[in-house]
Amino acid sequence: MRGPLLFSDIDTPGLASLEGYRRGGGYATLAAVVGKKPADECIEIVKQSGLRGRGGAGFPTGLKWSFVPKNSPRARYIVCNADESEPGTFKDRELMEKNPHLLIEGMVLAGYAIGSNTGYIYLRGEFEYIQRILDRAIDETRAAGLSGANVAGSGFRFDLHTHLGAGAYICGEETALLSSLEGFRGQPRLKPPFPAVEGLYACPTLVNNVETLMNVPHILNHGAAWFRQWGTEKSPGTKILSVSGPVKRPGNYEVPLGMPLSQLIDDLCGGMRDGMKVKAVIPGGSSVPLLPASLLDTGLDFESMNAAGTFLGSGGVIVIDEGTCMVDALWNITRFYEHESCGKCTPCREGTYWMSEVLRRLEHGEGRADDLDLLADLADNILGKSFCALGDAAAMPVQGALLHFRDEFEHHVTHRSCLVNRRRDGLSVVRPCEQAHA
Amino acid sequence: MSATRSLVAALSSDLLQPLRISDATRAEIEKSLTRYPNRRSAVMPVLWALQLEIGWLPPAALRYAASVVELPESEVFGIATFYTMFNLRPVGRHHLQVCMTLSCSLMGADRLFRHLEKKLGIGHGETTPDGRFSLRRVECLAACGGAPCLQVNFDYHENLDEAKVDRLLETLE
Ligand SMILES: Cc1cc2nc3c(=O)[nH]c(=O)nc-3n(C[C@H](O)[C@H](O)[C@H](O)COP(=O)(O)O)c2cc1C
Ligand code: FES
Repeated sequence: MRGPLLFSDIDTPGLASLEGYRRGGGYATLAAVVGKKPADECIEIVKQSGLRGRGGAGFPTGLKWSFVPKNSPRARYIVCNADESEPGTFKDRELMEKNPHLLIEGMVLAGYAIGSNTGYIYLRGEFEYIQRILDRAIDETRAAGLSGANVAGSGFRFDLHTHLGAGAYICGEETALLSSLEGFRGQPRLKPPFPAVEGLYACPTLVNNVETLMNVPHILNHGAAWFRQWGTEKSPGTKILSVSGPVKRPGNYEVPLGMPLSQLIDDLCGGMRDGMKVKAVIPGGSSVPLLPASLLDTGLDFESMNAAGTFLGSGGVIVIDEGTCMVDALWNITRFYEHESCGKCTPCREGTYWMSEVLRRLEHGEGRADDLDLLADLADNILGKSFCALGDAAAMPVQGALLHFRDEFEHHVTHRSCLVNRRRDGLSVVRPCEQAHA
Repeated sequence: MSATRSLVAALSSDLLQPLRISDATRAEIEKSLTRYPNRRSAVMPVLWALQLEIGWLPPAALRYAASVVELPESEVFGIATFYTMFNLRPVGRHHLQVCMTLSCSLMGADRLFRHLEKKLGIGHGETTPDGRFSLRRVECLAACGGAPCLQVNFDYHENLDEAKVDRLLETLE
């Protein structure tokens, strides 16, 4: 067993087929709930469970469900965010590839709870093979009467479709995702109104992450108290963490929320490769501030991470070793946001470009005396001032790196060379700062 | 800007010929229109269906997509240019998309990319003269645990190094 809940049976052969999924008890919850348990009660159970969104923001799921107006004359939609493009994150891919029916069951149940008859799964373009897996699974459920006109003989109708993106990080942001799904360029929209009130086609729309929705069948099956046996009071349940970087065993791990980061890295991932040492860890995808090695005992839950000055985010744990130049690593991160900024608002479009430009010259030994202040100023002028949270995601890593590793940045300015300046044979490249000064 | 330039280049080539698409693609397009309450929403699936058949989106394909979803051509062009995976110029049979984002970079993506550039004699965004390979730097592919990695068209290849990527290239005709 790779994990207590979502990963308990993930490697079972045949799980991706309807038959295999049913063999492990799949769709029993759907049959017991749809048309039998009042929808309000379902929302209440999810609220009691304390489940929080696994897509990045950690918003309480039951509360979000309760925001969807009950007697709106308009259609209601449910949209699964399967864009998974936060750097460092690769859990939804494995979950959907191996257990597509758990997502479908979760979506039908969520649809039933909020009174929605139509769902869309928005996949990033690179996941074309997963679209084929999901389409096949959806066809199976339609043929078996588990989705479509009459779900499990209850009279409830639920139609489910997949939609393939085409390469744009911004489409993971929920309002940009909805723009994209409607056939526009994937640019974000102003909030409020939030999607729960006015989302897809200006209709009430529930947007949830893949992992969030996959928790739902388990919660409705076993109840809120059962779910709370894992995790902490404010972050109940488990979380799938995607670990990357030079650890011995990178990969996806399902752990109870609250587990110390060091336990994940040292015990589950087997520690660092080749005698390397941890320099810093980005705990929640590249959008969150990093933690220096001194804070590795921080618990992997929403509140502990906030107390340490960062976020659990998407659970993309990127481990950075001591041989890595922080200026170089941060430059890589800011180039990502510069490339992915959708261009709609000035602070993000211009700010991400300038942060990359300043980091480029620091990295190339061309830094100026006031560059660190300039960098901090740029980050400050994006944070909270951009149209959507992509800007914040670009600014926070810069602030985190400057806070914990300022000396390394200063060294690049004053010595025009790199403090690390170490060639890691077989692992890395000759970076610009090494080339210039080796 | 480069997208505009490539469109101009494509327009001036032989691509003003009528578009020929298979019945299967037409059927796929018809099916995609049934999934949404309006035609506009089908623009991405329509573009995908066309690109999967043709390999890229020549102006005639964009024009055809515009007529299907009942939008101005300029609007469809604006949508196609927004998304990096829509090819507005021809690509090779095997589109090597190498992830350069942090986790892959930490594990040697830069070196892998440089190796491919040297081996194939092409750079980012270029295609070998025989039309066999195109090379591109891309952002995180959601395979960071298998870094460094790349996608050949839609196929993932993970935990790569120079030797492995050489063997991979040999299998791609
Ligand atoms: C720039 C940006 C990118 C995002 N990317 C994703 C993503 O790839 N997947 C995801 O589930 N949520 C992503 N989110 C969060 C979504 O906007 C949204 O909060 C989430 O899908 C809600 O689902 P949840 O409540 O189940 O977490 C992103 C947010 C921002 C600002
Ligand atoms: S960083 Fe390369 S796949 Fe995520």
